[in-house]
Amino acid sequence: MDGLQSALRGQAYLADRGLTTALFLALRLSRPLFLEGEAGVGKTAVATALSAALGRRLLRLQCYEGLDIHQAVYEWNYTRQMLHIRLLEARGERPQEQDLFGPAYLLRRPLLEAIDNRDPLPPVLLIDEIDRSDAEFEAYLLEVLSDFQISIPEIGTIRALHPPVVVITSNRTREVHDALKRRCLYHWIEYPTLEREYEILTLRLPGLPDRLARQVTAFVQGLRRLELYKVPGIAETLDWAEALVALDREELEPELVEDTLGALLKVQEDLAALRGDRLRQLLTQVEAGV
Amino acid sequence: MIPDGRLLRNILHFVRLLRDLGLQVDPHRAQLFAQALAQVGVAERSDFYFAARCCLIYRQQDLADFDRAFDTFWRSRFRGGIPLTLPARPRRRAAESDPAAGRGPSAGIEPEPAQGVGPLAYSAAEALRQKDFAELTAEELEQIRRLMRRTAWRLGEHPGRRQRAGKGRLPDHRRTFRSSLRYGGEPLVWALRQPRPKFRPLVVLADVSGSMEPYSRVLLRFLYGLAHGLDQPPEIFVFSTRLTRLTRALRSQNAEQALRGVFQEVLDWSGGTRIGAALRHFNLHWARRVLSRGAVVAIISDGLDRGQTELLRNEVARLQRSCRRLIWLNPLLGSPDYEPLAQGMRAALPFVDDFLPANNLASLEELALHLHRATARKAKPGRPAPARRQALRPPRRQIGVTSSGRRGYSL
Repeated sequence: MDGLQSALRGQAYLADRGLTTALFLALRLSRPLFLEGEAGVGKTAVATALSAALGRRLLRLQCYEGLDIHQAVYEWNYTRQMLHIRLLEARGERPQEQDLFGPAYLLRRPLLEAIDNRDPLPPVLLIDEIDRSDAEFEAYLLEVLSDFQISIPEIGTIRALHPPVVVITSNRTREVHDALKRRCLYHWIEYPTLEREYEILTLRLPGLPDRLARQVTAFVQGLRRLELYKVPGIAETLDWAEALVALDREELEPELVEDTLGALLKVQEDLAALRGDRLRQLLTQVEAGV
Repeated sequence: MIPDGRLLRNILHFVRLLRDLGLQVDPHRAQLFAQALAQVGVAERSDFYFAARCCLIYRQQDLADFDRAFDTFWRSRFRGGIPLTLPARPRRRAAESDPAAGRGPSAGIEPEPAQGVGPLAYSAAEALRQKDFAELTAEELEQIRRLMRRTAWRLGEHPGRRQRAGKGRLPDHRRTFRSSLRYGGEPLVWALRQPRPKFRPLVVLADVSGSMEPYSRVLLRFLYGLAHGLDQPPEIFVFSTRLTRLTRALRSQNAEQALRGVFQEVLDWSGGTRIGAALRHFNLHWARRVLSRGAVVAIISDGLDRGQTELLRNEVARLQRSCRRLIWLNPLLGSPDYEPLAQGMRAALPFVDDFLPANNLASLEELALHLHRATARKAKPGRPAPARRQALRPPRRQIGVTSSGRRGYSL
């Protein structure tokens, strides 16, 4: 387990004990891992870091409403099939159905690729933002994830030789059905603590001056305690810190913060609420803390 | 490695603790936990904790209960094994989770109405439908319940993103190709697809403060009917000084049990009204989770607000911008000489798309019809869905006239 943690660290991803345990168990027990948490806490990044750390292929399926089998699992290459028929006709032959529905004409989408993989090590399958898909797709996924098999009417059932490592993420814009969650290991990712966020910041942005890194972390942590419509995640912290580095600044000043706040807060009401006195107040608190 | 007997007993004990707190733990998840322990060991408290957490629960809202159970469990482990009696525990969600409760003699069906409540003649039923909720006797309330149970609710449809075979404009390659095989690969018949209609999600925010009390008991029945009568269960919240989510509590199949659960969850029943604060809480914590996919929001309230008017105005405005259509149902609107003079109501009105009465059964039925008309969009295959109304555009003229020709309020 410590090995996994340091391997992830090698990919510049700091996983806490809870997340590491969950990942470790997902690997050992061959269970899908269901990750939930606010936006920007690094749910998607886990899968990327995990695949890189383990030296496995990453297959990513971005969910959206109306996602169906043809985009998620497989589709027949109709154009190629048509061409094949024309070609045969030109030669005066009759097309055979079993030729037309063979592997050569099958377009493999992420789910099929993950189940029917020939990799030396099974790939990491990331099913991103499952809450954006609809109930129909969820139900289909339920079937795939419980048996790790897919049936294609023209070919038959394809079973995974080595089940992939499955990471499912959700932003909770919709309640995902319990049946799917029950088949998975579940982990809720919290916002990081002050120390951890500072560590993440310095690990990801080595060029960031130490004092600025501390100020940025303290400021963002302060923001998270306020009542905002959209609380900034780690992704936003990193964006902001990067912006400050690009501007070549060493210290947080009220004008600078006001000018760059758009990297942190993306809702107009939040920005308006923070401008002026509240911003200065927060900065004073940060100054006192650092 | 398979956990030894003592460890297994401990696991089962812990699972029982969780179940006593009202959490649902499937046997197969307990088994998963046992397998997980074989991987991470039991020496480290934090490893044991996280392994248990990711195996046994699968909802963020259960985390707090889980932590409580874990603390109890871990402490008892060091006091020398399994305590014979479980510590006193809150049975907060007992009504919802007790599996035995549903097996009673009246499982799943409501108790028969009191004596003397026979089937209604048409005219009597019509009179009852027009009667103000606040003036109902207990007997009439029972009849209303029965009428409500018979009402089928239908909300507006809109073209979904999913396609089905039909007469639309999008080509269906799969079926085209399939059928072409019949003619030696000549695509003679072009198969088409069309969007499959989807129901709009409904979110209800109902006021249960003191001033709404005469209506609350009937509205609750109405909400229960909605929770069970719609194809897609609505999200239901109630508020007086704070906001409580009732979606899960109302889902119980047994009406009495569901309503008991509701009373347990709502701590500020018939309290004061702070609509602005309640809406703010909703906007901050729930809007993102329940308002996606073009939801219709219905607020049921008399608009008698005791909070800050400015706050109410801002939050209603924000709510309108984040939903497809904002409907305000006001029981007072049913009375012929009502004018929305209450400050709260006046502040909210500019941002309300539809202002409708909700004081008797007829008005609720009218509402169901209206929801269907107002939110339905005829599927126009191949064309993009009509653009959403402009934010902050002045609200369109209101309709508030019921079928009986009673005067409604028009802006």
